[in-house]
Parts: sequence; structure tokens; C-alpha cells
Amino acid sequence: MIAASSPMHAAAVLASFFQGEHNSLHPAGPFSSNIEWLYWVIFWIVFVAFVLTILAFARASAKTYSRAEEMLPIMKDEEGDRKTKWAVGTAITVTVLTLFAVLFMSVITGKKVEGMSSSNPVTIQITGHQWWWEVIYPNPQADQTVITANEIHIPVGKPVVILTSSADVIHSFWAPSVHGKRDLIPGYSSAFWIQVDQPGTYPGRCAEFCGLQHAHMGFSIIAEDEATFEAWEQQQLKPAPDPTDAEAQHGREVFLTHTCVMCHTIRGTDAGSRVGPDLTHLASRNMIAAETLPNTTGALAGWIVDPQRIKPGNKMTPNPLAPDDLNALVTYLRTLQ
Amino acid sequence: MTYRRLLLAISLISTTMLSACNREERELRPSPSASQVVNQAQVSGLNPGANPLPTPPTPSIYEESAYAVSEGKTLFGQYNCSGCHANGGGGIGPPLMDNNWIYGSQPQNIFTTIVEGRPNGMPSFRNRIPEYQVWELVAYVRSLSGLLPKDVAPSRNDQLYVKPPEASMPKQTPTGITGEPSK
Amino acid sequence: MAISEPIVLPHATDEVRLARTWAQPRGFWGWFMNVHHTAIGVRFMVTSFIFFLLGGVLAAMIRLQLSRPENHAIGPDLYNQIFTIHGSTMIFLFAVPMMFQGFGVYVVPLICGTRNIAFPRLNAFSYYIYVVGGLLLWVGLFLKTGADAGWFAYTPLSGPQFTPGKRSDFWAQMITFTEVSALGVAICLATTILRQRAPGMTLNRMPIILWEKLVLSFMVIFAMPAVMVVSSMLLMDRTINTQFFNPANGGDVLLYQHLFWFFGHPEVYIIFLPGAAIVSTLVPVFARRHIFGHLAIVTSVVATGFLGFGVWVHHMFATGIPQMSASFFTAATLMIVIPTAVQFYCWIATIWNGRLQMKLPMLWVFGFFFVFLIGGLSGVMLASVPVDWQVHDTFFVVAHFHYVLIGGALFPMFAGLYYWVPKITGRMMNDLLGKVHFWLFFIGFNMTFFTMHFLGLRGMPRRVYTYPPEMHWGGLNMLASVGALFMAAGLIVFIVNFFQSKARGTLAGPNPWAAGSLEWATSSPPPDYNFTELFTVNGREPLWDNAPNQPIVSGVRDDIPEVLITNSLDSEPQHKDEMPGASIWPFLTSITVSIAFIWSIFSPWGIAYGAIPVVITLIGWLWPRGHSPAPRQPALEGRWSK
Repeated sequence: MIAASSPMHAAAVLASFFQGEHNSLHPAGPFSSNIEWLYWVIFWIVFVAFVLTILAFARASAKTYSRAEEMLPIMKDEEGDRKTKWAVGTAITVTVLTLFAVLFMSVITGKKVEGMSSSNPVTIQITGHQWWWEVIYPNPQADQTVITANEIHIPVGKPVVILTSSADVIHSFWAPSVHGKRDLIPGYSSAFWIQVDQPGTYPGRCAEFCGLQHAHMGFSIIAEDEATFEAWEQQQLKPAPDPTDAEAQHGREVFLTHTCVMCHTIRGTDAGSRVGPDLTHLASRNMIAAETLPNTTGALAGWIVDPQRIKPGNKMTPNPLAPDDLNALVTYLRTLQ
Repeated sequence: MTYRRLLLAISLISTTMLSACNREERELRPSPSASQVVNQAQVSGLNPGANPLPTPPTPSIYEESAYAVSEGKTLFGQYNCSGCHANGGGGIGPPLMDNNWIYGSQPQNIFTTIVEGRPNGMPSFRNRIPEYQVWELVAYVRSLSGLLPKDVAPSRNDQLYVKPPEASMPKQTPTGITGEPSK
Repeated sequence: MAISEPIVLPHATDEVRLARTWAQPRGFWGWFMNVHHTAIGVRFMVTSFIFFLLGGVLAAMIRLQLSRPENHAIGPDLYNQIFTIHGSTMIFLFAVPMMFQGFGVYVVPLICGTRNIAFPRLNAFSYYIYVVGGLLLWVGLFLKTGADAGWFAYTPLSGPQFTPGKRSDFWAQMITFTEVSALGVAICLATTILRQRAPGMTLNRMPIILWEKLVLSFMVIFAMPAVMVVSSMLLMDRTINTQFFNPANGGDVLLYQHLFWFFGHPEVYIIFLPGAAIVSTLVPVFARRHIFGHLAIVTSVVATGFLGFGVWVHHMFATGIPQMSASFFTAATLMIVIPTAVQFYCWIATIWNGRLQMKLPMLWVFGFFFVFLIGGLSGVMLASVPVDWQVHDTFFVVAHFHYVLIGGALFPMFAGLYYWVPKITGRMMNDLLGKVHFWLFFIGFNMTFFTMHFLGLRGMPRRVYTYPPEMHWGGLNMLASVGALFMAAGLIVFIVNFFQSKARGTLAGPNPWAAGSLEWATSSPPPDYNFTELFTVNGREPLWDNAPNQPIVSGVRDDIPEVLITNSLDSEPQHKDEMPGASIWPFLTSITVSIAFIWSIFSPWGIAYGAIPVVITLIGWLWPRGHSPAPRQPALEGRWSK
């Protein structure tokens, strides 16, 4: 249900978003590549085992005596059994050795995937909420800390540390083309490395059942070159500018005098609640509502008025605003680059 | 013989089904009118003639729904009611878990308190909180004094244990200064 | 000795006296007093099959909702309840009650060659408790109190803050009911297998299915307490403010997962091992020879039972546990493949060196071979930690466990049903309808679940009520949903086949498959006293290996319900034991226990006050009744023969 002001625009946004890879077998970085390699190795081993076993069954059952109505008399085949003992013994030995090989490769790949070091990597703190992702780039100085939601920018080709925690229930951070998943468990903090080697947008989803809108809890990792990344970071640190035209000013007033201010922060205004995502740079994001809708005027307006229609059970209240107020509010929000 | 037993089983199950259980009702998508921010301007609790105090659109959906009361508890923290009222013990604001209701303990009274504000520091949340969420907060505030049934009131939160959960609170018979009969 | 001759009964009058002694009461209340294992076993099978169909209806609803992207057939709240109850029904109300309790209770005493299961009243009580547990979960669904946190109900989502109301409480108490039921049957079966086997059935000659039920009973005894503990801890957190899973107050969220999966993994082996044992029973019959590698298979079954307790953390690889710990569990998980592989090789060898007669049960066994093999091999992929990081909690895992559970339990279940229903009802099932059932089900199953492997690799997580169209998962999901229709059609064919064969099928006779185990040595259906004469055993397949002048047991009274108790290892006769007759107390006790358990969902005083009626009914149950009066006729001449 996307009520975009320009359907072509919405389609273009969605298409570009989902052009990013979301497939375990289309890796975009070293970690997911290692996992993909291991997957194929184990797959082929397992495939050969499957084929051999099916062939054995086929050969064993090639001759049937089903035309006989009565059950045949019981037989013994001691000579055959003696030979078969050797065959079965060999099969068991081969099985054990193969399993050892799988174990060995698994452990080696695991070490490659976990082991990484870098001095001064970009660090990102991801906190799972029902049903959105809080994204913080921690910094000892408060005014150098980037706080955003659902959209994660990283420099391409460089290792990045992800620190995980959860504000409520267990979630799981998973961008298949980038890395395997890691659970966000309340009371625990976990750290792992990611790295993306090709620029692009890599969608991710929550992968641990977390309640009513688990299905609509997406995020994206946008890998870009160093300069673009720095520019994005600097832009995110700025507070929201004062709106210049009258409609946007009215929109800000609507924001500050209605329910919005109870849950959202826009730095540079009096709105400072941390219940919902930080909206200071809402207009710079590709998607809204945890990667459910494209960030267009129409989708934003529809989301504000009736979020429960799109994500029933999520924490945002419906806001039946007067049409002029709604238009002004959306105009204001679109200025938050 | 078996058919009779089957029929008995079916009739037992259907009777239980028909007795709906309000505790598990979950209104995920409140109607637009229940989402309205309240715009009445009413300062005094006294009126000539009929009592204009607002009533909840469907009282049972809030006071009898465990989901609604649980949402009220979450909102109590998220909207920073605990900033003044702590977890019911009070601080800057009066305690909410005792039996002394300054402005009355009926849902309508608490609703008016939240929407209008009160003298001596209770802010008005008019236009800030939609109506259905105010009713959820109302239900939660009443549960703080143990006024809600034990299976509806919330149990412990996944937070530091600072007071017994609402489901374990003893029932505090309300008294107040507005002359409301104690219920 | 020819094997398809009917057993000639030398003492016709014994039958009349035996029938009178062992008769179960009739009438409405008589149904609740029945303590004979065949009746209770049939009840377990029928009830669990009904739950299977109900769970299948929920699965159809899931597939309906997922067939198209952003579908609005079912909203998130109802969908969460549907998939939770689907999983819980299939695991707790169908798989264990059918595979372990249903088949076990019916078939084990017959294979042991005894007249009734040990502790018959406990057996009956287990059935009633199971029914109440199942009804509790389903009544919850219809009252909007359906459990909605997944069949394993991880905290904190299932905890007091994030699941308000009583939903998780209904789930937790359903667990208590079904696990008490499983424990009861485990005790009955273990005792029967160890102490009531026919003389001559030493451990070495014990059929594989008895070994498997024995191992299973011990697995149940060790695993079920873990889940009862964890569900009770959840219940206590939700009702009486304990802090087990509250990290803010010293509790631990991961504790839940460890305790649950310590049960959860053995549970799936509790579901699979009966399937493997059914296959080990059927393959020799239809290959017309003794099984190859009897000792190897028994060792594998026992090894699986032990190793099954050492792999549970493979469900938790994505939680951020240290690599070294995770690798240990990879090793354990790969190790448990070995006993299963050994069984596969022995089955292949049996068929290879045998004379395969492809009857209907064997068709299902071949289905098992194909489907379970794929499931097991995808399990090898999942055992590897890095691969698991990608496919955990996606539809790849859904595909894996449906292949191993449906392949490892459902296909053998149908094989076992087509094999043993002639014994239970006395009539053969229709061959053509059975084949139609097989092919519809096999094709539909692979259509639904093979596609899910691809969905998981392409990034579709589990337990989502819908998905965006841009992910391009719609086509595969639609294919999976169509497969569900085929499976449903196959099941309808089976039900039609069952009823029509019960009414009009060919008479089966005592041993239609010319099999070797003792249940085929009596009429179909067996009388209430199971066997007219009690047999002794001379080999692993009694009806194939018994000598021409194989002795029978005498001296067991036929005017009181008496069974022969034998030694655990050598099955030498030790003494005789009088079995309790029909009794209403198991049913009454199940009522009082149910009241106590259900009351405790709403108030902790439920356990305290509810215990009083329980004690009263237990007193009624355990009230000593003394021995039966002196026999009206002198006992038969004692004549123990080896």
C-alpha cells in the first residue's frame, strides 16, 4: 500500500533499494564470501553422499518379488552378509572421515570469519527495539556521536565493528550478503566484524521472532567510498536547520504541539524523546518505517496518518491530522536532510 | 456410542468459545475517533445539569484487556510519567499507588487529570496523547492501587525490581476529596 | 516350521475364562475405566491423529497467508498464534503421543508376549492428562488466549512484560500436562520391556523396536524434566514475580534457551527414533530375512540416545557464544550422524541381500529413506557454525526440520499404520488408495518443503506473517502453498481408506505379512487377554526362529489378571504379578490434577488448594485391594520348561 505522490519515483526508490543484494549466496564482503565457500564445499560433499546412498538403495531394491501374492519364505545369505560386512565397514569409515573433514573446514572458516583486526575501525552500536533498529556511531564526545535509525552507512573495503544490544526482546541482525546473523539479546552485548568490498545498498532483516511486526523490521547497510561516508557522517552530526518557508515553519509547530514530540527527537528543536527513531535527518534516508516504505511524500503522509494500517501492532499511534497540518508537517519533515 | 461422546465434546467446546474472554482482547488498530487528541476545554470538574465528564468509548476494552493495561504500563515509562510519579511512589508528584485520590479515582477523573492537567504541576497532555492511549494510561494508573483484576493487571517487568508488580498489589479502597463514593 | 499356519489352541476353555478375567467394562463409564493397553494405545493414536489434522489445518492457513507478498488474509496477531500452535500441536500433541505413546503402548506388550502393559492405571492416567493438555492449548486458541511466542517461546518475548495476558501460561501448562503424560508412559514401557518379556527373549534376542522404546523411555525420563522446569520457571516469572529470566535483576535470558534446548534436542530424537525402529521392524519383514547388523543397529540406537543430549547448543550458534564452545557442539552434532548412517547402511544391506517384496508399508519406508536422507544431510550443513549463521532462523531450517520430522516420523508412521492397522482392526487397508495417498503426499511434500531451502538461502526469515514483493520470494512461496494442497488431498485419501477398510476391507487374519514378531501370533484384533498361550522365544524373530516344539508358558492363572515377570537380562521367569483390573481412579485423578494445574495458571494457590482433591483421588487409586479370592478351580499343573 504505497500512496506515493509519484508512482514512478516510488518504484525507482524501491528498485534501487532492492537492487542491493539480500542473498547468502551473493556475498559482498570477505566474511560472507568465506561462508559461501564453506557452504558450497559442504553442499557438494553432501550431494555426493546423497547420490551414492540413493544409488545404493536403487541397486538394493532393483530386483523385487512383488508379483508373488503370498509372502515368500524366510531366507539367509551368509556369504553375501560376510561380503557386505566389509562394504558397510568401509562406508562407515568413509562417513567418519568425511565428517571429520567437514568439522575441520568448519572450524577453520569460523576462525577466518571471526578473526579480524584493524586499528581504529568504524564502530557502530546497534540496539534492537520492537520493531526498528537504533544505530549509534559512538564517540567520546557527545556532539561527535551520530544517532540515526535503520540505515547504516559504512566505508567500503574497511572492517567495521558492530556492537549489539537490545532494548526489549531478542532480535537478530542479519544482512545475508554481508555476514551471518548475530542475535541481539537483552542483558548481553556482542561484537563482530563486517566488511563490504563493493559499494551498494545491502538490505537486512530481523531474523529472530520478536513480536507482531517482526516481518517488517528491516534495515540496510550502505557501503560507500571514504569521502562520501565522511560527508554523510558530518551531515548527520548537524542539528536540524530552522525552516525558512512558512509552511515548513507551520509544520515544525505541528510537530512540536502534537503527539510526535512525545516519542521522537529532532535535534535543534525542543523534541528530545528517545522512544522512537531519531528524525533529525529523516529526509536523508531511502526508506521509512524500518525499510517498509519508500521515503516519499505520499508514503510519509500515509504512514503518519495511519501507521497501524501498514504495520498493525507497532508502537506508533495513528495521527488523524487536519489536511493542512499534515501537508505542513510532511513539508517540514522533507527539509530534514 | 462414540457419536454421543463427540457431540458432548463439541457442545462443551462451543459454549466455552462463545464466552468471549476480554482479558485477551487486543485492539491493534483503534478507530480514528479513539485516536483523536482531545480538544475539549474544561478546567473545572463541576457542572450544572448532566455530568459532561468523558466516558471511555468501550470501557471493558481498556480495563479488562491485559494488552491495554500492559501498553499503559509501557507508556507510563515512555511518556515520562515516572519522572514525577516514580513507579507509583511519587516524588515531585503525588504517589499513585496509595488510596488517596486527590481528584477522584474513577476512570473519567483520571482521564481529565491527564488531558487537562491539574493545579500544582500536573501538565496537560491535550493534543499530545491520543484518546485510546490516555484510556490505557488510566487503566494502568488504576492498576497501581490494585483496582484491576489480578489476571489483567501487569506482572513484573524486565527491569530492576523496585516495587511489587501491579498484579500483586493489595487492593487500596480509594478515598478522595471530591466526595466520590469509595468503590 | 511353516509360518503362515494359524496357531492351534489346545485348551479351548481357557479362552472363555481368560476373556472373562481380562474383560474390560462396557458402557459410558466403562470407557473411562478401561485399562487395557490396546484400548489406550488406540486412543493415543486416534487422538494424536486428530491433533495432526488440526495442526495441518493451521499449516494450511500459514501457507495461505504466505502464498502472496503483503497478503492480508491473516493479520499478525492471529498469524503468530497460528504458527505457534501449529508447531506446539505437531511436536507435543502429535509426534510424541503418536510415535512414542501410541505405537509404544499398543505394540510393545504384544511384542513382549505379555498380557498387559506394566502399571496399566498409570498408562490410562497418562492418556487423560494428555487430552486435557491438548484441549487446553486449543481452547486457548479459540478464546484469543492462543500462545503466540513461537513453539519454543523464547524469553523475554514470552515473558510477563512482552506477552500480557495468559497466552504463554496456557502454553507452559500444556507442556506440563503433556510431559507428565510422556513420563507416565515412559515408566510403563520401560518396566514392561525390562520385566515382562517372554521367557527366552534375552537382551540379545530383544527386537530392535523394544530396544528403541527402552532407550526412548530413558530419554524421556531425562529430557522431559528439563522442559517442565523451564516452563514452570516461565510460569513463575509470569505469575509470582520470580526473576529467572530478568537480566536487570540477576536473571539470564539465555538460561531459557539452554534449558529448553537441553530438552528440545532429545525431543526431536524422541520423535525420530521410533520412526527408525519402525523401519528396522519392517525392512526384515519385507526383505524376507533377518536384519543385517542387529547388534550395530541396537548400538546405534543406544548411542543416539546418549549423544542426543550433547548437541543442544547447535540451536544457539547465533547467540554470540565463543567459537570454541560452538565448535564442540559442531563436533557432537556431526558425531550423531554416524549412528544414523550405520542404520542406513544396515538397512541397505538387508534389502541388498534379501528378497524385496514391495508391499504398501514398504513404499512408505522408501519414502522415508529419500526424505529423511535429504533432511539429515541438510542437518550436516546446519551443523557447521558459519553456514548456520547464514541459514539459522530462515526457511532453510524450516525445510530441514520438516524433512527430518516428516521424513523421519511421518513417513514411518504411515508405514507403521499400514502395517499394524490390519492387526488393530482385523482388516487390510486398500492397496490402490494407499499408493495414491503416498504419491500425492510425497509430491506435495517435496513441492512445499524443497522450495523452502531456496527461500532460506535467498534471505527469507522464519515466522514472518508477510514479506515485501520486491524480495522476489512470491513465486517460490506460491509453489510451496500449492504443495500443501497435494498433501491435504493425500490425507483425505488416507482417511477415506481407513474408514472404508475398517468397514469392508479384506480380513487380515493373524499374520498377513508373515512377520516374525510376537504380535502376529494372536488374532487380529487381539483379544483383551492378548494371547491364549504365553510363548517362549528362541531367536530374534520368534515366529521365524522358534523350534518346532517350542515350549509355552504354563502356570499363570487365568481366573485373575496375572502376568509373568521375568528377569531383565535373561528373561528367566521370576514370579507372577496380579495386574489391577478396570478402575475409574485414573480418570478421576486426571480430573483433579487438571484442576490443580489449570487453577495455577490463574493463581499460585491453585497448587496448594488443588493438591487436596489430588491427594483424595490418589488415595482412592492406591487403596490396597488385596489379592483375588482363591481360584474356583485348581491351577493348571505347573510345568516350567526352558
